[in-house]
Amino acid sequence: MASDSPFGSAARVNDDILRPVLQTTWRFYAVVALLGSVVLWGAFAVWYLLSTGIGVFGLNRPVYWALMIINFVFFVGLSHSGTLISAILRVTHAEWRRPITRGAEAMTVFTIMVAAAFPLIHLGRPWVFYYLIPYPDLRGLWPNFRSPLIWDFIAISTYLTGSIIYLYLPMIPDLAVIRDRSHGWRRYLYIALSLGWTGSEREWSRLSRVLGIMAVVIIPVAVSVHSIVSWDFAMTIVPVWHSTIFAPYFVVGAIYSGIALVITIMVLIRWVFNLQSYLQPRQFDNLGKLLFVMSVIWFYFWFADALTTWYGREPSEFAVLRYTILGPFAPLFWTMIVCNLVIPFWTMMFKQLRRNVLVMLVVSLLVNVGMYSERILIIVPALSRGRLPSAWGSYQPTWVEISITAAAFAGFSLLYVLFTKFFPVVSMWEVKEGMGERAEAGVKEPGTPPRKTVEGAEGAYG
Amino acid sequence: MYKWAMVVDLDRCTGCAACVVACRAENNVPIAGEEEAGKGRASFWMRIERYWEGEYPNVRARYMPVFCQQCANAPCEPVCPVYATYHSAEGLNVQVYNRCVGTRYCANNCPYAVRYFNWFDPRWPDPLPEQLNPDVTVRFRVMEKCTFCIQRIRRGKELAKMAGRRVIDGEIQPACVQTCAPGALVFGDLNDPASRVARLAMSPRRFRLHEDLGTEPAVFYLKEQSYG
Repeated sequence: MASDSPFGSAARVNDDILRPVLQTTWRFYAVVALLGSVVLWGAFAVWYLLSTGIGVFGLNRPVYWALMIINFVFFVGLSHSGTLISAILRVTHAEWRRPITRGAEAMTVFTIMVAAAFPLIHLGRPWVFYYLIPYPDLRGLWPNFRSPLIWDFIAISTYLTGSIIYLYLPMIPDLAVIRDRSHGWRRYLYIALSLGWTGSEREWSRLSRVLGIMAVVIIPVAVSVHSIVSWDFAMTIVPVWHSTIFAPYFVVGAIYSGIALVITIMVLIRWVFNLQSYLQPRQFDNLGKLLFVMSVIWFYFWFADALTTWYGREPSEFAVLRYTILGPFAPLFWTMIVCNLVIPFWTMMFKQLRRNVLVMLVVSLLVNVGMYSERILIIVPALSRGRLPSAWGSYQPTWVEISITAAAFAGFSLLYVLFTKFFPVVSMWEVKEGMGERAEAGVKEPGTPPRKTVEGAEGAYG
Repeated sequence: MYKWAMVVDLDRCTGCAACVVACRAENNVPIAGEEEAGKGRASFWMRIERYWEGEYPNVRARYMPVFCQQCANAPCEPVCPVYATYHSAEGLNVQVYNRCVGTRYCANNCPYAVRYFNWFDPRWPDPLPEQLNPDVTVRFRVMEKCTFCIQRIRRGKELAKMAGRRVIDGEIQPACVQTCAPGALVFGDLNDPASRVARLAMSPRRFRLHEDLGTEPAVFYLKEQSYG
């Protein structure tokens, strides 16, 4: 009966989770206005960039790629864990996943949207970006399929499409619940989006089958996307970039930073929407264990790569490594080591700290500070120390790049805030399914799945 | 079929940079301006690299003109997503400005750092616009680099074709070669075994930049000799 569950009945779940969707406070408008103004400032910076030229960036020969590509790699990395965690946990029937999946999947969709904007902004002539799209045109020329940038273009579009589908499908039953509770224009929106969902047994079994397929399909897509992003670098002959370890190293780093962002978002959602009874210490405990494991794996990959370069002393590669570790990038290097290894390792080791929500917030933010530093260290030093010492250089960002970067973070947050206004940020039906009970007799609503037969279904909040 | 190549005799190069000026005038290379040049934003399709050797007072400067090496296995070519840079049948690494979208990937992958980007719209202070070369496109926010003065190669080939013969050795001279007072630069057809380029390229002093990378450059350097 409802008494074993910390939050009572299925109807109570609907009330708790739909409160932020159906009720709007002044704080929502304040946050939207604040984030919106940063995004508008970034839009101004992009306009200034387009009207003046890429020279308003701090780029120079030989550092032809910098902050825009760093942001691209960072945001694609963030996008990783959402779908991947959700898919892996669904495939393995991990019960504690239930309140996390939706928020993580939404994170993936919005980070990849932001990420996809960067290569466009980065182009010298973004108005002809469509030359990269394979379509029969008057020039009689296909894009160059040997170029990793084309692989990237295809991978990112596939992943974005897949992630949107993977976010949308499991949201349909919840949309049907909102449909039955909303009024005015919103009602029509949810009627359209819920695709006539009634909650029949047949619909539930179809949904469960299609989710089973999607969860399995999206995992290799997610892994391939960040491998391909790494190949943008590894396929070149730039010293240090040209490394066989780059693909798994990038995937590991991506999962790592993505998990950290999932934790950050879960902490914030928990506070802002009063979802303490859904996002419990158990969820943070498990996410913390993942963070611990990823921090060790990340360091292992970094170390294996750096040691090989250090020991080999191949002059052009060694120049880059020395510039990274001992040169002007040393403070950033130590930030990376402390934030990515030392702090997560020594905190996530302890159960008490993993179950402390405030600690989790701080550590997860620091991990992403470390991962951002890592992205800078991968891209800038390698380009600064090329093979001809006469063409060595360095890079300092300008206000234009910094404004666009700030706008990206604000834009991601804004998309996420708007998402929570229109869609339930916790998957209601999955939580109800985890409660292991059918809606109480007499309550007929489309968003409660039939009794779950999987063993351990009761254990979601143990 | 021709195979264009260049020989740079470092023994003859004095580092005077006349080639740099000639290249800029011939190819409409934009003027960066004082401020941007100070940031290192000046474009030089042809540049003179200077390396100091020894400690004061026994110091010696070594000069090395560096420009697009027109690699046979060019690292810049496969990475371009839109075929803006490709290999011509005559061994030239050709840049098609109209196709370039400005990913700058090619420049990252060039081990010789000889590709230059138009950071801003091109401009020339007065009276320089009067001397722009009508045979060469003015570039706008795309990647550009040394072309071996492709406009001169084309003209030379057309004249030879009209006369019903092959291009004579030395008939085509890129601007840098034409200007080089000590004669350090030699341009010609590698497929013609009698050409000066073909003969000098077999010199025991020859080397190519980063030959270990397997890029097969079409630019051959002749090592400085030791004078005891």
